[in-house]
Amino acid sequence: MKILVVDDERDIQTLFEQRFRKEIKDKSLEFVFAFSGEDALIYLNQHEHEAVLILSDINMPGMSGLELLGHIKQKYHKPPPMVMMITAYGDAENFNMAKQLGADDFLTKPVDFTLLKEKFKLIY
Amino acid sequence: MDLQIFIAFFIILRLRKKFKTKTAFPQWEKILLGLMFVCIALFTVQASFNFLKPLSGWIANGVVAVVLGIIYLNDEFSSERPTMFAVLPLILVSFVEDVFKLISISFYNKIHYFFEAASFFAFIWMIALLIINNKQRKALIKEQSKTHEEEQKNKFMASMKAQLEIQVAERTAELTSQKETLEEALTELKTTQAQLIQSEKLASLGELTAGIAHEIQNPLNFINNFSEVNTELIEEMKEAIAKGDSEEVLAIAADIAANEQKINHHGKRADSIVKGMLQHSRNSNGIKEPTDINKLADEYLRLAYHGLRAKDKSFNAAMKTDFDRYIPPINVIPQDIGRVILNLITNAFYAASQPSALPDNTVAANHKTPTVWVTTALIPPTEDEGTLVSLTVRDNGPGIPANIMDKIFQPFFTTKPTGQGTGLGLSMSYDIITKGHGGQLTVHTSEGTGTEFTILLPA
Repeated sequence: MKILVVDDERDIQTLFEQRFRKEIKDKSLEFVFAFSGEDALIYLNQHEHEAVLILSDINMPGMSGLELLGHIKQKYHKPPPMVMMITAYGDAENFNMAKQLGADDFLTKPVDFTLLKEKFKLIY
Repeated sequence: MDLQIFIAFFIILRLRKKFKTKTAFPQWEKILLGLMFVCIALFTVQASFNFLKPLSGWIANGVVAVVLGIIYLNDEFSSERPTMFAVLPLILVSFVEDVFKLISISFYNKIHYFFEAASFFAFIWMIALLIINNKQRKALIKEQSKTHEEEQKNKFMASMKAQLEIQVAERTAELTSQKETLEEALTELKTTQAQLIQSEKLASLGELTAGIAHEIQNPLNFINNFSEVNTELIEEMKEAIAKGDSEEVLAIAADIAANEQKINHHGKRADSIVKGMLQHSRNSNGIKEPTDINKLADEYLRLAYHGLRAKDKSFNAAMKTDFDRYIPPINVIPQDIGRVILNLITNAFYAASQPSALPDNTVAANHKTPTVWVTTALIPPTEDEGTLVSLTVRDNGPGIPANIMDKIFQPFFTTKPTGQGTGLGLSMSYDIITKGHGGQLTVHTSEGTGTEFTILLPA
């Protein structure tokens, strides 16, 4: 299963690669990374239907995670991939907005990787 | 009739009257009074006994000589000397006439016309001299009265001057006490101002705290995550060692080392954020240092945004940045400029999230996403100015109404509800930019469209 992680913090790549190194090794999970909403859209346009799951931060400079979510769910990709939103702010408005725009799940930082792994297991 | 007696009599009378000898010179009064009686006696003798005439004439001559001698010899009567000179020719003529009469009355009769003429001229001389004397005396009196008047005037002026001096002293004392009161008030105001500036700093620190907390949260998450990963990796390493797979051990060791570096990096990041916070709250040390204005703007933009987010969870606004990468480091006091940037950005977010001034049903009002743009640019030198660095903070809020535009840089002016703004943000910002850095802080606004603040700093 291919997962696209969108976050403006570059170290998120190292972290995910370490945290899921077993899954990456046995090829049950494959990660690609984009460091902005714009980059994520470019990747999705170039590799249509490759990513099954998108994990996106909400607060990013430039295009926000919610804007990206809107683009993915409303304008591109039919059927659209699953999108999980991650934010440092667990506030109701972001949550509702994300749900309204079609987010499949909503996580708050700091990310609980054990929980995330279980969620991945349910999908693949 | 002998003229000498009359003259002597009148001169004595005059002396007594003029010099008030009765009171001023009692010793002379006796003599003068005696001489006067002699004159009266001579006069009576001459009038009654014709045969005693020559003798009385000689006594009269003597009296006149004594009187003139008194005037001539005594300084206290010096002012009467002109009178003496006036009568002297007449006296002399009479005297010479008497001498001639005594020597030879026949010879005298021959030349008595000559004496008559001499007497006449002497008489004219006396009258003329007396008139002149009188005139001079009057002039002198006039002069004296004038001097007296002037003295009076001077006295009056001196008293006025003294009075004025008293008044001036009173006023000066009044003004001095007023000055002291004002100085006290000024000192109090300065203290209050310093306290207000400190409270403004604390207020902005309050705004920052939430943003800082968020900024620290990210590196802390990384530190926790990487350290958890390392714990797992160490377990795996133990297994690999048990298996004797040295290649795997080395690979895991390399990962652990890399993760340690990440932990270290994020620890330092959190550290620098805390240091920045401390720097913000500290009193400015006033030292200018080469500063990357883009980095400073980005830092404070994030802090302001997260600060507002933390305070009000429903707050949401877009941030758009356009930084000119070719701006060289410029010499500024980073805390101060940071405070200005924070203030402008916080204001911009506040304005952007205000309800639009446009009617609700217009398309523009419905589709407005609160947005703040932060732009930096390098402005090439012109004839008037050297190279400048501009930093612009723009929002799409309701704009600043024209009637308060000229007040926004005044201390204590705020549009925020009481207790929410100190009203010192923009006035302090203005001082920091213009007085502290020799730059400019300008504002452009259009109602319904937004506001744009521009900082210009010498590069």
